Parts: sequence; structure tokens; C-alpha cells
Amino acid sequence: MAEISFEHIKKNFGSEQVILDLNIEIKDGEFFTFVGPSGCGKSTILNMIAGLEEITEGTIKFDRRAVNELSPKERDVAMVFQSYALYPHMTVYGNLAFPLIIKKTKKEVIDSEVKRISFLLGLGELLKKKPRELSGGQRQRIALGRAIIRQPRVFLMDEPLSNLDARLRVKMRTELKRLHNELKITTIYVTHDQAEAMSMSDRIAVLSDGRIQQCGTPREIYLTPKNTMVAGFIGSPPMNFIPAVLKNRNPVEVDCNGLIILPLTDNPPENKNLILGIRPEDITVSSHKTEGGFEAVVSIIESAGPFNWIDIKWGNTLIKGVADIDETLMPEDKCFIQFSQDKVLLFDRDTLRRTE
Amino acid sequence: MKKILFHITTFTVVLLSLFPFLWFVNTSLKTPMEITAIPPVLIPSGTLNSYQSAIETYNLLHFVKNSFIVAGITTIITILISIITGYALSRLRIKYKGLIMGSLLVVSMFPQISIAGPVWRILQTLGWLNSYKGLIIPYVTLTLPLGVWILASFFKDLPPDLEASARIDGCSHFQTLFRIVVPLAAPGVFTAAILVFIYAWNEFFFALLIMTQQDYQTLPVGIALFQGQYRMPWGEIAAASTVSTVPLVLMVFIFQKRIISGLTAGAIKG
Repeated sequence: MAEISFEHIKKNFGSEQVILDLNIEIKDGEFFTFVGPSGCGKSTILNMIAGLEEITEGTIKFDRRAVNELSPKERDVAMVFQSYALYPHMTVYGNLAFPLIIKKTKKEVIDSEVKRISFLLGLGELLKKKPRELSGGQRQRIALGRAIIRQPRVFLMDEPLSNLDARLRVKMRTELKRLHNELKITTIYVTHDQAEAMSMSDRIAVLSDGRIQQCGTPREIYLTPKNTMVAGFIGSPPMNFIPAVLKNRNPVEVDCNGLIILPLTDNPPENKNLILGIRPEDITVSSHKTEGGFEAVVSIIESAGPFNWIDIKWGNTLIKGVADIDETLMPEDKCFIQFSQDKVLLFDRDTLRRTE
Repeated sequence: MKKILFHITTFTVVLLSLFPFLWFVNTSLKTPMEITAIPPVLIPSGTLNSYQSAIETYNLLHFVKNSFIVAGITTIITILISIITGYALSRLRIKYKGLIMGSLLVVSMFPQISIAGPVWRILQTLGWLNSYKGLIIPYVTLTLPLGVWILASFFKDLPPDLEASARIDGCSHFQTLFRIVVPLAAPGVFTAAILVFIYAWNEFFFALLIMTQQDYQTLPVGIALFQGQYRMPWGEIAAASTVSTVPLVLMVFIFQKRIISGLTAGAIKG
């Protein structure tokens, strides 16, 4: 087990800068997730931790010791790949035992370890089979088992669930969380799926354009995103962004499509040109006039089970809100929308940062 | 109708390519009288005299031994170097990779006669004429481009995640190569090995040039020099040719089983 720190990490591929100045401390035993759109450099970070990719500049430390020059073997990390990367010419037993065989572990120890792991993950019956005879979910568990068997200092997971079908993916999320609680090994997880990141992590770093946009607990990132990138990336469906203008500084009043909103903030923003951000779940749509509600037109209705997502045309902007399942709304109907004004976030239109 | 046409075409092609082989197998089973008979005798009497004579009079087994030594060692060296070179060329981020691969190809295109002189001079200076290594080293040089190209393309098709995984599981680069990459590229390795072996086994020109003493001559040279002062021993030549073909045919049949395509299926999702 280890704590990991990144100090001014940079990575270039040729002249292309992939990672620009990464500084982060990952605590011992933490479940830490890098999340971001594809191509943001998150797998590169994982490969640098593993020692598969050289670090252009900066230092990665495990327990305060620099590991830049160490080979993957010396770093003692284990990794689960998106493709599982099982050795096709070996049986399940061979795959699980491989890291121990390379370490020259005694045969009896290997035997008992493989048994322990296959019991833990329910692989007992599969030991003699080859990977190609197994289903996606089984392969994924073997890949996990091969990582666990070594009891490494750090687990690295590179989108391990994205090849599974939706139902299995949700099940494995819980499974991974359970394993982490049991083993308490520092886990660094990479995904482009924000829901996965939110549901499993102790802390999340949102990555984009080679930079960390924000790092914090799922709650912090969800409730107080630092900029429009984070606000728009975390949460599904994504946050609504509506152009707005500052009307009054004390108290803060914002004009948004002719609607005056009073956000809960004491510090008036410096820039008058703003973007107002509000999550779909904080906009209520109904068919009859409500207090403080204002008029709009229904565009598209999507059922989400317990409620409906409603796309609404409000003046020139398209926004998404929720309607009670009992509301009888049809496309092109007139409707009334209401903002939870305390959930409104304001962003500077030039810097795209949230105004405090 | 299409099917019939297909079978007729296949049969014709197979017959045409096998015809010379069938002819000398047939000839090897004839008596000297039958060989020279006009019109030709189609059904041989089935005598093994030519074989006996080729072995006893013409020292056939000696040439077979030399060929096995030269072709075998050539194959081993070429494949070993090809594995390492091919892996490096398929995986490392190096400059001028295309140029390196291209020049390898160019080397293999030189007509043999154009390099025969320099090769002979070098070997003479080293005192390596009439020695196994004198023939093995040029063979390795000549077969390397083939080996490297075949293996590089096989390695390139393997999923890189497997190697990353092996490295993380604690393998050194060499362990990764020989425990993971080579077993997975086995079809490629066998294909390359067979082609290299066949080349070294059949090669005539350099063998004739470099091996002037019977002690080290390989089978093709040996057979070519069977002819005596007074007569052409057709029966013995046919017998020796048959013998020289058998190992190749056997090898292809044995290794065919090992060239299982789709060996990598199941490694990654697909």
C-alpha cells in the first residue's frame, strides 16, 4: 500500500503536450478516479504510474520515494486493462498464477493463493479453461484476480468496466467497491464515465486538455464545480447553461432571458456577462401555472421511469428539466417552469470559471 | 457447374506442380534399363537399387547430414535474430523505422551473383571456405530479411495490452518477449522457420561456390556432382532428389498442425 504524489508532471509525445503540470497527492488506501473525455490524457497518467510510459518532466513518488527510474516490476503495481489483457495461451489458473510464477514463488504457495483468489471472485470452476471459452464478465473477474493475487502497493484500473454490458457494469461497480473496502489498497481508476467515477470514488480529478480542472470528493465536484467544463461533464443529463447578465450588485440580481434571479451569493461577480448554470433536476416543469413559474414550450419528452425529462424551448434557449410522472404534457404544449434558485450557479462568460 | 470448374482447375494446378516431383519419384523406382527406354516406361518395376546405390556409392547420407547441419543451424540463428529484431521494429518508437524495413527488403533483392564475389573474398580472407560457418553465415544474412518481415508483421498484430500486462506482472523485456509474445506469434515463428529452412535446404549457388570439398557439401551440390566421368546416374539422382524432398514435406505436415490461426482469440474482447 502506498500514497502517491505527482510533482509537476509533464508528458509530451513528440511535440504534442499531453499532460501539462500535474500536481496531486493520492492518499494511502484511497479510491481515486481520473475522469475526463477521451483523449484527455488519463490513460497516459496511469501508464506513467505503472512505468510503461516515460515521464517527460517532474517526479512521481510512492511513499515519498521517487519512482521515475524504476521498472514496472520494481514499482509493484497491478493493473486491470479495458481489454482485460488475459494471456490467451494460458489457462485461467496460468493467468492467475503468472505474476507469482514470475516472482519465483513456491508452488504450494501459488496453489493456495490461486485457490483463495478464485474463491474470493467465484472462479473455482473455470480454472482449467482458456480465456477464449469465457464470457466478458468472467474474463473481467480473472483480470481482477490476476491483479489482486500479488497484493500490490497500488491498483491501477484503466476503464475496466467499459466492455461489459450495462447491467453487469453496475453490478461490478459494487463488487469493485466491496473489494476495495476489503483489501484497502490504494486504487487509481480511470474512466470517461462520470457516473462510474461518482459512484465509486473517494476523490475524483476531472481532467481535460492535459490539465486537472478540479479535484475533490464527488459531492464537492457535483455541487461546486469550478468551471463550465466540470459542471457540464459531471452529472447526467448535463447541466443547462443559459447566458445571463448581472443587473444589480447588492443584492446580486441576474437577468436571464428576462427573468430576474437572485442567486445565493454575497460576492457580486466582476464581469457583467455571465453564464447561468442549473442542473436539469433543479428545474421543475408543470402544465399549470405555479407560483414564480414562467411560461415556455415543451419540445421533447423522455421517460426516466419515476419522472420525465422534458426539453423546453424558453425564448431562444433550449433547456432540460424534470416533470412529475403524472403531468400530462405533450410536445408543443405550453408549460410553466420553475428554478430552484438556491441551486443556480454563475460562471464568468470570459474565463468560464465559477464566480464565488 | 461452378463447383465442377473449381475442382477441374484445382486438379490441373496440383497435377502440374506435382508433375516433376512425381516424375523423379517414378524414375527413382526404375531400373537403369527402364530409365532410358524409349518409349518411356510409365509403371516402374519398383526396385530400390537406385536408393541403395545412391547411399553406398555416392555417399548420399553424408550430404543429407551436411544439409541438416547447415539448414538447421541457419534456421535457429535466423529465427532468434529475427524474433529480437522483429520485436524491436514492431514495438519501439524509433526513427526511420520504414527506412530500416525498406533497406532490409532491398538487401534481399540483390541478385545472388552480384554479391557472390565479395562474399567469397570475405570468406577466403577469414579462412571460412569449406566450413559449415562459411555457408551458415551468408545464409543467415540472406534469410534474415524474410524472417524479420514475417515476424515483425505478426508481432505488430498482437494486442499491446498483453505486453504491458506482462511487464506489470513483473516480466523483464526478454521474459515478455519469450513467455508472451513468441508463444502468441507461434504461427508466424513456424512459418518463418519453415521458409528459412526450405531456403537453406534447397540453396545451390552459394553452396556450390563455398563448399568445394565433398566433406562439407550439402545435398543440392552433392546431387549435382553425382555425374561420373562416363555416365549420368539418373536413377541415383532421382533417388537422392526424392530423399531430399521428404524432410521438407514432413516438416510442412508436422508444423501445419501448429499453425493454428486464431490462437490469440480470447485475449481481448472481440
